[in-house]
Amino acid sequence: MSVVYGILLYGVAAVLLCGVGYRVVRYWRTSAPLKIPTTPAPVTRGGVVLRMFREVVFFESLFKGSKWTWLFGWIFHFALLLVLLRHLRYFIDPVWGWVEWMQPAGVYAGYGMVFGLAGLWARRLMVDRIRYISAPSDHLMLVLLLAIAGTGLLMKYVLHTDIVALKLFFLGLLSFDWQPLPTDPILLLHLFLIIVLALIFPFSKLLHAPGLFFSPSRNQADNPRERRYAPGAPTR
Amino acid sequence: MNTKSEFAVPTLKEYPQIPVIQIGAMSHSKPFVAKAEHQQPLGFPGELVDDWQQVALRKMEELLGKYRALPVFLDSCVKCGACTDKCHYFLGTADPKNMPVARQDLLRNVYRRYFTFAGKHFPRLVGAIDLTEEVLEDWYRYYHQCSECRRCSVYCPFGIDTAEITMAGREILASVGVGQKYANEIIGKVHKLGNNLGLPGPAMINTLEGLEEEIEEDIGVAVKLPLDQAQADVLLVTPSADFFAEPHVDGLIGYAKVFHQAGISWTLSSYASEAANFGIFIGNYENMQKVAQRIRDAALELGVKRIVVGECGHAWRVAYSFWNTLIGPFDFLDPNYPVPQHVCEMTYDLIQRGALQFDRERNDDKVVTFHDSCNVSRASRMGNIPGGQFVIPRALIKAACNHFYDMAPETIHEHTFCCGGGGGLLTDDLLELRVKGSVPRMEAFKRVVEDHGVTHMAAICAICKSQFAKVFPYFEFEMDAIVSVHQLVGDALQLGVER
Repeated sequence: MSVVYGILLYGVAAVLLCGVGYRVVRYWRTSAPLKIPTTPAPVTRGGVVLRMFREVVFFESLFKGSKWTWLFGWIFHFALLLVLLRHLRYFIDPVWGWVEWMQPAGVYAGYGMVFGLAGLWARRLMVDRIRYISAPSDHLMLVLLLAIAGTGLLMKYVLHTDIVALKLFFLGLLSFDWQPLPTDPILLLHLFLIIVLALIFPFSKLLHAPGLFFSPSRNQADNPRERRYAPGAPTR
Repeated sequence: MNTKSEFAVPTLKEYPQIPVIQIGAMSHSKPFVAKAEHQQPLGFPGELVDDWQQVALRKMEELLGKYRALPVFLDSCVKCGACTDKCHYFLGTADPKNMPVARQDLLRNVYRRYFTFAGKHFPRLVGAIDLTEEVLEDWYRYYHQCSECRRCSVYCPFGIDTAEITMAGREILASVGVGQKYANEIIGKVHKLGNNLGLPGPAMINTLEGLEEEIEEDIGVAVKLPLDQAQADVLLVTPSADFFAEPHVDGLIGYAKVFHQAGISWTLSSYASEAANFGIFIGNYENMQKVAQRIRDAALELGVKRIVVGECGHAWRVAYSFWNTLIGPFDFLDPNYPVPQHVCEMTYDLIQRGALQFDRERNDDKVVTFHDSCNVSRASRMGNIPGGQFVIPRALIKAACNHFYDMAPETIHEHTFCCGGGGGLLTDDLLELRVKGSVPRMEAFKRVVEDHGVTHMAAICAICKSQFAKVFPYFEFEMDAIVSVHQLVGDALQLGVER
């Protein structure tokens, strides 16, 4: 089982990196022939950095658009960030001080993830407009994330696993010195779901993460008169 | 008028409501298809080509490689729904395919089917669909129910701009031979004669002379409207509707009075007699560039020092955001002035410098509100600061009028609602869509009419002006309740006084 998961994890890491890398390179190489920032927009590069920061960190536009979606969406994403940071302790030794310090927050964030996801799913199911635009994959994505958060919380509170052995397994993977993986079904399920998530990342709407940074309506400065924007006519 | 219409005119509600979706509510709406004679001069096939699926997919692939926005926007949508209640056409028609995300999905689902791993192998799972004739028809219907106003892009967490998707959709449609008659016919006229109306030079001379006489009769001052005057300082490029349509023409008279009072030598051009550029509406870079090129050529030919653009929303977007890229650099013009300059910016600067004096009382018969035009608000700027496009027109109105009230904050500035006729939809074959799409703006207008006794709506866009003049009567407003900002300016401007 350790070998199967080891190979799976290496493989999925490669798919994730290459898949997202391929997309990013393709976005990068595709020209943006015209200035199309949604205005009012910052008139300087520095202003654009600030605008992107507010989008990435506070979801500024979504806040303008829908308070409920913003609330659930922001809680989910922020909680996910805390949970990911908390998980750093399985991959580094010795554990950095601040990672140790934020462990309790990371645990509560697990509930935050479930709360946010449940809210988003409830909207998807109950608001007629959002139900209309949802494909099966949009529902399944939420189920998958809920299952990941759920199995994680279960391991924390009900079905404990040997996290010392788990850490050795991951440190081993990182140093190419394979160690046995604990075989509790709940842990294997948790890991499997994460592998699935990582695998579909480069092929799904999860590309919104890198996509935001390439969005011309957000990342362009509004200065077409002051500085001639001349990327060249789009070539056929 | 209500009794005559072939569709149910919506009743305006006290407060905006998000409608429950009604599938297919607007599936009957589509504009006339362009004939071969409208298609071919623009470089498109005259009718639906035999292998249209291959041609469409090749075009889509080409566009995906040409415009970064397209793959980014098609990949990034998470279906969060923030845009679903933002489109005036959805709010006015309840047709779910008029929700921005659903409109995008018409293209996105095909993109996924042919260009993504998930859509190729698991189409049902991700909602990917084959490009069938039915899909092509849906594209034609619903990409002509979007005015490319960008309101949805304000609220999208990824800045996905449905206008870009609509433009791509329309370009693919035109490339397989199914263009829109209204827009393509107009572009053809500009290529041939220099303006949307197909107005030849002699007719322009007549019109302008008539206007000069009218002004002199009216106020006793000889205000000129020069045409093709070489070595003038300013070339004014304005939408051709300003030459004859109501209330546009009063705006043109207003510009003329401002030039006159400020003592600026200016001219119109019979070669570049159109600020509008419908090339943007059909999403076609080459046509947009070709239309714009006439203006550069005219400016060089006439030897002007500045270019000023009249009141027109999408024209200002093309001029402000794209001209420098399409037809720049403008190193032959006076660097002390922005290139191009909006006529509102010019008047505003003159007011700041004390060059213009006003008798506001002359507009005391009016209580005015201002309609922010979509392209000015969300796709351009005026002045030096972001949001100057909201400040400057209002400053002009307040300089010329004593009574001004804004509409509800969620319906102005970057949140403004399209008039319902933008984006190449200002045609009578789409009248039902235009009336229904105007509802959110009409509701906001009704509220200031009732709360503050507003009598007039001022605008700085030729399309908005024509659209409101057309749809106001459906909602029991007066047709002439829509005015040009520069009509207000011109009416209150003191002519002949010391500068």
